[in-house]
Amino acid sequence: MTGEWPLYEVFVRGKRGLNHVHVGSLRAADDDMALRNARDLYTRRNEGVSIWVVQAADIAASSPDEKDPFFAPSGDKVYRHPTFYDIPENVPHM
Amino acid sequence: MAFDNAYEALADAHDDARWAFGTGFEDPLSGVDTTVPAGVDGDDLAQYCLMLGDDALVLSHRLQQWCTRAPELEDEVAIANIGLDMLGQARLLLARAGKADGTERGEDHYAYFRGEHEFRNVRLAEREQADFAQLIATVLVLTTWRLAVFQRLRESADPVLAAIAQKGVNELTYHRDYAAQWVVRLGDGTETSHARTVAALDDVWPLVAELFETHDVERRLHGVAVDPAEVRDEFDDVLAQVLSAATLEPPQVRAKAGVAGGKGRDGRHTEAMGYLLAELQSVARAHPEATW
Repeated sequence: MTGEWPLYEVFVRGKRGLNHVHVGSLRAADDDMALRNARDLYTRRNEGVSIWVVQAADIAASSPDEKDPFFAPSGDKVYRHPTFYDIPENVPHM
Repeated sequence: MAFDNAYEALADAHDDARWAFGTGFEDPLSGVDTTVPAGVDGDDLAQYCLMLGDDALVLSHRLQQWCTRAPELEDEVAIANIGLDMLGQARLLLARAGKADGTERGEDHYAYFRGEHEFRNVRLAEREQADFAQLIATVLVLTTWRLAVFQRLRESADPVLAAIAQKGVNELTYHRDYAAQWVVRLGDGTETSHARTVAALDDVWPLVAELFETHDVERRLHGVAVDPAEVRDEFDDVLAQVLSAATLEPPQVRAKAGVAGGKGRDGRHTEAMGYLLAELQSVARAHPEATW
């Protein structure tokens, strides 16, 4: 046998959740097997109502090396946060 | 909601009482009305529960033996999951037996303190699985058969059996699906995997006919038990579909004979059964009063 099965990333939507959440990864020979394996590995305790799997290689991700140019510039731009407004007392959930 | 561990947040509350650890969890049927329905013989009903329960218990033990031995981590968990589902079915059925025969004995009594001749499982369940292909062939055959039986058992005149069957059907549907997709992969895979799957089916098949032989207990429990002979056609249809997708054919081999006319359902087992029970029962027998 040569090589390993490709790596998949697994996303599960919980009963109370609206969005799929990344829960981990696994190896599988193809998409179909990845779904079954995800069911067996990540929904054993009644967590999910929906599963997405995607080959890790198919995910376009930002590179850790570019972390600073990507994210640092937003760090000191406080005016991007709506913190300069007075919020009236009777506005809830803010 | 703590978002440090999103996965934890997905899981339903961890106060699920079905999570049993240790011996402080004696009666899986607690709170259930376990009265034997009028007109049903309690001893026969208990025997029938032992038949179905022992199938599950013994297969579960064989599946547990694959822990640390499966070809991939993912499949190891899948096989352990199937084993746990089977153990859950066994617990309910053995507990039901203790209520039906009026002895009030718990599931542990039936699992750990019966002799080999008192086990009523079909012999295919106790068979040793020498490789992954044999494991998969065994699981496909047993779950296809058991699913067909449980689908009919949902109409049983015993409401407890009907409820156990209802719960089992979802589990078995997945088990069958898991095994079927592996049979297709292996059969329609490489030359080696094809050859080993053919060999595995040849090995398993002599014990298939036994699954469909109607036992006297099943005959007497008309309306309560399912006559396994009724599910043969459905079994053949499902297997034909799976095997044809896997480029395989049902083996043409002779059925394995019984011993002095008796088979698994009569408590007559193959040599493998003694070793299996020794492993299953030795701790409980060495420390009969133990709690943990």
